[in-house]
Amino acid sequence: MSGLEDLYREIILDHYRSPRNRGELAVPPATRTEGFNPLCGDEIVVFLELDDAAKGDDAVITDVRIGGQGCSISQSSASMMSAAIKGHSVGAARELATSFKAMMSIHEGELEGTAADDAETSDTAGELPLGDLDALRGVVKFPVRIKCATLGWNTLLQGVDEATGT
Amino acid sequence: MSTADAPDAATFDVASIAADFPILGERIHGHRLVFLDSAASSQRPRSVLDAMDRYYETTHSNVHRAAYTLAERATNAMEAGRTTVARFIGAADASEIVFTKNATEALNLVARSWGAAHLGEGDAIVLSVLEHHANIVPWLQLQQTHGFEIRWIGVGDDGLLDLSDLDQLLRGSKLLSVTAMSNVIGTMPPLAELVERAHAAGALVCIDACQSVPHLPTDVRALDADFVAFSGHKMCGPTGIGVLWARRELLETMPPFLGGGGMILDVRLDGFVPAEVPHKFEAGTPPIAEIVGLAAAIDYLDAIGMDRVRAHEVELNEYALRTLPARFGDDLRIYGSHDAELRGGVMSFAFCDIHPHDLSQVLDEHGVCVRPGHHCAKPLMRVLGVGATARASWYLYNDAADIDALGDALDAARSFFSI
Repeated sequence: MSGLEDLYREIILDHYRSPRNRGELAVPPATRTEGFNPLCGDEIVVFLELDDAAKGDDAVITDVRIGGQGCSISQSSASMMSAAIKGHSVGAARELATSFKAMMSIHEGELEGTAADDAETSDTAGELPLGDLDALRGVVKFPVRIKCATLGWNTLLQGVDEATGT
Repeated sequence: MSTADAPDAATFDVASIAADFPILGERIHGHRLVFLDSAASSQRPRSVLDAMDRYYETTHSNVHRAAYTLAERATNAMEAGRTTVARFIGAADASEIVFTKNATEALNLVARSWGAAHLGEGDAIVLSVLEHHANIVPWLQLQQTHGFEIRWIGVGDDGLLDLSDLDQLLRGSKLLSVTAMSNVIGTMPPLAELVERAHAAGALVCIDACQSVPHLPTDVRALDADFVAFSGHKMCGPTGIGVLWARRELLETMPPFLGGGGMILDVRLDGFVPAEVPHKFEAGTPPIAEIVGLAAAIDYLDAIGMDRVRAHEVELNEYALRTLPARFGDDLRIYGSHDAELRGGVMSFAFCDIHPHDLSQVLDEHGVCVRPGHHCAKPLMRVLGVGATARASWYLYNDAADIDALGDALDAARSFFSI
């Protein structure tokens, strides 16, 4: 079962059983963004609250909540994401999303290059570490599950665009 | 219909049948392959693979309109396949068999040809909530341009159709289009009753027989429906071949669906004359090798006997419905009817709150193939109150040991997720 244990690392199962920042936020002031995986019916809802949307990428994500339903990979990835971005700037969250999606890509090297370029030109506090999210690296070996892992992040990217009006 | 012996599951030799299917000898993660996804697509016996190879090695050319020997051989092979299909489902004549890409295309043909000609503002058709998207989306697409009403037969908690308001739904409607067997929960609607009541109300009846033709004896004349659609790849045949059956008189009144070569008698700059049925619905080079493969699959199934295939699957239903709940209690929830006779060999279930995707991933590690997801039946999933189910389905090459293997793999999944 070594392949399976690569996929279902203990930290992933922990986030699945005890999801962080689970729930809803009042809209407004928060924004609510839904993401769907049409192939499996999984659904993620990302609620974002910013200190000042007018600051764009410099705005700070003061609170985040995750709703929806889905498999352990989509739910744990979204849970880790919420923990990683809370209290950080929109720009830093975008960078982290780019890094995470690069890790999930079969063209990893290529896209990480892109991520680094983005980081250099970005006007933010700096790159957030992947931290616990690194545990999801094993998903790449299970290509059909990559969309599960990236569902929350794609929803986040859509959400920060909506929240900052970009 | 099959002239095989009366159903006698005791003499149904699964081991020798399974030996006919080369793929079942594959090993997955060190385990034997336990293939429980035939409702999505079945496997093929050696005889089907050989028939298609032989066709390409000895017979292939394009069909019709060529004088050379090979073209005649290919045309004969294709038309012999049409006759085999007609006999298998009890059609009055081979010309009532229209070859399509799959059941989905067959249902689209009904919508785009018959539907577009007969449905408009003020008209209504009746569908059921059990339907596969293939029997929903073509009608929703046509509704956008033709503005007719779609009425829905609901599903009860027992997974059976709620027919309490059927006469009201059928009143003034022009078509009832319904599945013969749910691809999610195996429900088998009472077709004889539905056909009789629809006809009494003046509606035609279209049957999505994708799940039933591979698993049950089929007699379209006894059924008395107007359209019957099914796919080759779910009945031991190749992908890329499907069938629409309709009575010849009805097909003759319908305009062509796809246009192109092969479906015309004459083409001028200002118009065309369509060919006779069934050719007017078969534009372009047909899937000849796939027709040959489908005919070989039918020969294979016929030699075993469809009544015996059904009896075997009912026995597996009984075994699964008895042993799995006994083993797992409340950890296992099986959707739909729990009467083995009332369902096809397809079982959707929830297990221990483990998401179906996670479950099928762990089952795969044990060589057990089940399908997670909405099974192209999202309206039914909403009735079941879930986004996805895990689905196991069986066929003539499965046996009780496969259901035991499913149980063992479920046990392992429960341990893995420490539930």
